[in-house]
Amino acid sequence: MTVAYTEHRPRTLAEKVWDAHVVAKGENGEPDLIYIDLHLVHEVTSPQAFDGLRMAGRPVRRPDLTIATEDHNTPTLEIDKPIAEPTSRKQIETLRANCAEFGIRLHSLGDIEQGIVHVVGPQLGLTMPGITVVCGDSHTSTHGAFGAMAFGIGTSEVEHVLATQTLPLKPFKTMAITVEGELKPGVTAKDIILAVIAKIGTGGGQGYVLEYRGSAIRSLSMDGRMTICNMSIEAGARAGMVAPDETTFAYLQGRPHAPQGAEWDAAVEYWRTLQTDDDAVFDAEVFLDANELEPFVTWGTNPGQGVSLSQTVPDPATIVDPNERAAAERALEYMDLAPGTPMKQIPVDVVFMGSCTNSRLDDLRAFASIIKGKKKADGVDVIVVPGSARVRLEAEAEGIHTVVEEFGGEWRFAGCSMCLGMNPDQLQPGQRCASTSNRNFEGRQGKGGRTHLVSPLVAASTAIRGTLSSVADLIADGHEVDPRFRTIEGATV
Amino acid sequence: MEKVSTITGVAVPFRRSNVDTDQIIPAVYLKRVTKTGYDDALFSAWRQDPEFILNQPAYANPRILIAGPDFGTGSSREHAVWALRDFGFRAVISPKFADIFRGNAGKQGLLTGVVDEPTVERLWAELEASPGMEATVDLVARTVTVGNATVPFEIDDYTRWRLLEGLDDIGLTLRDEQAITDFEARREAWRPTTLPAR
Ligand code: SF4
Repeated sequence: MTVAYTEHRPRTLAEKVWDAHVVAKGENGEPDLIYIDLHLVHEVTSPQAFDGLRMAGRPVRRPDLTIATEDHNTPTLEIDKPIAEPTSRKQIETLRANCAEFGIRLHSLGDIEQGIVHVVGPQLGLTMPGITVVCGDSHTSTHGAFGAMAFGIGTSEVEHVLATQTLPLKPFKTMAITVEGELKPGVTAKDIILAVIAKIGTGGGQGYVLEYRGSAIRSLSMDGRMTICNMSIEAGARAGMVAPDETTFAYLQGRPHAPQGAEWDAAVEYWRTLQTDDDAVFDAEVFLDANELEPFVTWGTNPGQGVSLSQTVPDPATIVDPNERAAAERALEYMDLAPGTPMKQIPVDVVFMGSCTNSRLDDLRAFASIIKGKKKADGVDVIVVPGSARVRLEAEAEGIHTVVEEFGGEWRFAGCSMCLGMNPDQLQPGQRCASTSNRNFEGRQGKGGRTHLVSPLVAASTAIRGTLSSVADLIADGHEVDPRFRTIEGATV
Repeated sequence: MEKVSTITGVAVPFRRSNVDTDQIIPAVYLKRVTKTGYDDALFSAWRQDPEFILNQPAYANPRILIAGPDFGTGSSREHAVWALRDFGFRAVISPKFADIFRGNAGKQGLLTGVVDEPTVERLWAELEASPGMEATVDLVARTVTVGNATVPFEIDDYTRWRLLEGLDDIGLTLRDEQAITDFEARREAWRPTTLPAR
């Protein structure tokens, strides 16, 4: 970093948050020392960090800025029984022992605040505008939806933050992703981010903080903004951000850890300044027309290999870049798909509704609004996993669990579940899944499993029809749908 | 992290090039939850072979590994450094290291010195002539001594300074402890804390 930040230079949101956290400025190309406001911890990436502290005889500097939860290894059935798989059990037991030893608050299996770390931080009101958030997990980018600077770190950095509450870092570059217009009914935040990734590629965001802007982003709920920021990492970016606004403040007010009284007023006054200045310059800019977007789905084995649901499996022969062509050929072989197949003719075995991308109350509501009063397709397993124990209870208060069960789906306990093959919820080899999660890598959901990334609305429609489907397809079939979706183009309701 | 200045001990003539981190420590050991205790994991596949050099009595307690070029390539796992350290190694000499491995080593107190290939051949020849012979790696002088041969090795000034001072990343940052404390005093009251909610 050669240009020193000054108070008077027009700045982006990311630069403002960065500047407010510089403990010591790096000289001669050395990194800045950045203060970390909130450190989230889970069982997979923390054990060696705690062990390192123990070896060096160092304490956790700020247990009061650190919080832990159990998510990756936890079962979503019979959570009162001991965890069967020894490695999983060991990781959870180690986290519990470490949190007890170092005085860190832990939300264990059975606690109402247990759940996916990126669902828990926001629901507690810990994630807020203008703070820095880190976690030993790449999807920490989720928290940027509040106008926080949030990014994933490695285990040695986890140890560094535990010991010092800081990280030496070089500033990231900034990229504006502007999405203007109005989404059609049936098109969601998930479709926006899948389209962004298909457009800029899985490496397109490398080294950048992405700031999502424009009317389509502003109109999203916090849950929708989190879905978008969550998958910034799938575009290769370090972080994603959305400037805070009234939607952000309304979400936060009254949450358990949100400021109150005079502190709340002072916070909001500051948060309102966290907008990119009109004359600030981004290092790169990308535009997307929200009016044009359709429900999106992936056909391959990386999140950039996606198309609109109404399109067909692409033909690798038409891809000019030889590396991309080879990747596409390999992906189609793994996915067992023939070029030219209409996406909507692809049958699935499993529908997974969950993960830190899409397991919040809004997501569950969207899913439930489609399946309500219907039956799932024969032979399709439907697994619905709330992101946290609290989300689960909130959904149950609305009767969503009953909707899922009457549909023929399974209503599970909170956790990462089938997002990754680290707990008992896994695809069998060769099984095909429509999944609301964020990664469709080979074997991600279980060895030999095949993943199509979709939105909750597409997941629900697919669960009903048995093939990859949109809400418009349900309408065309003559299904009754929620009034919100009746204006879908071509609908005859 | 312990300060490193002079390392004296049994040196192993490790006639292998392209030793990747999967060979240094296979992936199955990554499931563990500790940062130490990886001595059994080091080169575990090769150690199945009774003829493997580290299975020979002369090399029972080695401190210095003298390897061929491209040491530490492959996956970036820090476990590779832990395994070498836990086995007793304090220095690795090679004509070329993979960057990430070398970075990880420097941060964790494992000295990595670069000498050219003909020199490595010379050191191997000396060591093989009397198996189990001790060598000395002098970080202050930047030299390796094996028998009558004393040769210079390369290490960048910054890593050398860190090793001499015994500073890991955290130790480095804690030199700014006062600045951190000052910053904490300025933090606004609205910022979140994870203490029990009000
Ligand atoms: S839900 Fe999936 S992506 Fe999110 S934290 Fe868990 S494993 Fe990672």
